[in-house]
Amino acid sequence: MEIEAAMAPYPVRQAAAIDALRIVQRHQGWVSDEAIAELSKLLEMPIAELDGTASFYNLIFRRPVGRHVILACDSVSCWLMDSKKLMSHIAGCLGVDPGRTTADGRFTLLPVVCLGACDRAPAMMIDEDLHTNVDPDRIGEILDKYE
Amino acid sequence: MEMETPLTMNIRPGRRPPDIAAYEKNGGYRAVRKALKGMAPAEVTGAVKDAGLKGRGGAGFDAGQKWSFVPMGEDAPHPKYLVVNADEMEPGAFKDRLLLEGDPHQLVEGAILAAYAVQAEVAFVFLRWEYRLAARQLKQAVAEAYSRGLLGRNIIGSGFSLDLYLHISGGRYICGEETGLLNAIEGKRANPRSKPPYPQTSGLWGKPTVVNNVETICNIPHIVNNGAGWFKGLSRSAEGGTKIYGASGRVRSPGAWELPMGTTLKEVLEEHAGGMQEGYSLRGLLPGGASTDFLTPAHLDVKMDFGSVEAAGSRLGTGTIIVLDDRSCPVGMVLNLERFFARESCGWCTPCWGGLQFIVQLLGDIEAGRGRMEDIDMLASLAGMLAPGHTYCALAPGAAEPLASALRFFREDFERHVHQKRCPWKHA
Ligand SMILES: Cc1cc2nc3c(=O)[nH]c(=O)nc-3n(C[C@H](O)[C@H](O)[C@H](O)COP(=O)(O)O)c2cc1C
Ligand code: SF4
Ligand code: FES
Repeated sequence: MEIEAAMAPYPVRQAAAIDALRIVQRHQGWVSDEAIAELSKLLEMPIAELDGTASFYNLIFRRPVGRHVILACDSVSCWLMDSKKLMSHIAGCLGVDPGRTTADGRFTLLPVVCLGACDRAPAMMIDEDLHTNVDPDRIGEILDKYE
Repeated sequence: MEMETPLTMNIRPGRRPPDIAAYEKNGGYRAVRKALKGMAPAEVTGAVKDAGLKGRGGAGFDAGQKWSFVPMGEDAPHPKYLVVNADEMEPGAFKDRLLLEGDPHQLVEGAILAAYAVQAEVAFVFLRWEYRLAARQLKQAVAEAYSRGLLGRNIIGSGFSLDLYLHISGGRYICGEETGLLNAIEGKRANPRSKPPYPQTSGLWGKPTVVNNVETICNIPHIVNNGAGWFKGLSRSAEGGTKIYGASGRVRSPGAWELPMGTTLKEVLEEHAGGMQEGYSLRGLLPGGASTDFLTPAHLDVKMDFGSVEAAGSRLGTGTIIVLDDRSCPVGMVLNLERFFARESCGWCTPCWGGLQFIVQLLGDIEAGRGRMEDIDMLASLAGMLAPGHTYCALAPGAAEPLASALRFFREDFERHVHQKRCPWKHA
């Protein structure tokens, strides 16, 4: 239903691919091979092509992620404001390397491109929340808010 | 006389953007009424052409001229499309966020006018997912505009119809490149397309399509209302209008400001960004995002307009300045930039994909103290291979700019890494 509605703006069904993938991800957390197969029928495009599309975009997760996803900016303005220290503090707090999910499935830590908050660096997002001017020494307090 | 700031006049930090009633009370949608009821599409394009509005997405292409390439009249292919590029993923850029979050109706109004000028019947705003607040506010503004008859069928009884949709991106920098963006909207991988044909004649699903940046589009209502003479008068240089400049890095007050086009680097950095933070001094800067050439303190009197920054050896780009301070390593900064470009390369052109991998490896070696002098020369020749004309899109030339200029301005820093076999900044 939701996916059918996402097709409205477009002259061809395939164009709703990214919207459709995101809808699946919102419900299931990530996009499995089974979901790709299902969606390919709905979008009337070959499985391989949809798979190719899905894996191109970094915000479409083709592997399971934690309950909360941390997108930590590793681009230049944040780098100038010591984002390396922030990244290592987050990784230390969680006990995982960037790119990984904690054993309890609570967090996935992903380095990402500039979040467009360079004037408030270092910046990161947790789920849909933007955190700016993040103090690496207070990262624990922020993470505590995400069960 | 107080400086005019048409793009940000409705924007108050920390306050919600105007809803449609407040926006209209401040003169909003007057330009739509004026144009749709009283101007031919070609007159709108003409006004934008006369104003000399240069695209604010980075390349500075003349907006009116771009529109004039779109086939018009009875025989023109339909539907035609307008796409507003709200991807803003250039590292160091955060100016479109200000406009999107602060005054979404201004963008909707600009989009209606641009679509009218080229007689597009469908418009997309291509928005990066991370701009969650902007997405909520745009959705609200679009719904309000529909409910007042400013979008949809027969807009304010003019006979012109337009549907406007929000497309939320799946991520990746290359989506911002205009033909990559078109593939993304079509539900494909966002590889750029080979050009020609250009989108104006063959864009979305092969139909005529105009792609413009958020800030470009936000200028349109003001040009329609006030005319080319007024627009040119806003500026301090040969190029008209105001510009949203920004500064990030170790300055006292990082931020974004709407100032006359042609404001000097010095004024932006000293008067608006408050100068350098205590204990830091200026080593260099990228004037307009990650894919522009470094400038140095010797360039502070350069005017921030497309022509002047180019004459100084760089590009205005997005106009958001990234400041390199004396306590950060230039080699480390360039390594960070090139890692970004290497990761975001779509992999279609060998010089881009392979070249950037090699560049990152060499820079990584130098930064870690394992570099050799000949690596520095190799980096310079690799940068040359990324120059315009060797690749399908401008990502590769953009990646070459900070590298080649860093090798020019900070060569002694590269050499110190090689001689000392370590990063002098790390163990200082
Ligand atoms: C790799 C790459 C990324 C780009 N990203 C953006 C972007 O995020 N936003 C944008 O407006 N233009 C971006 N551009 C420029 C667009 O291709 C295009 O020139 C621009 O949207 C046209 O709008 P304008 O004429 O109004 O400036 C990018 C270009 C390249 C090569
Ligand atoms: S220059 Fe790079 S990003 Fe652009 S099309 Fe070629 S490989 Fe892709
Ligand atoms: S560089 Fe980190 S938000 Fe822009």
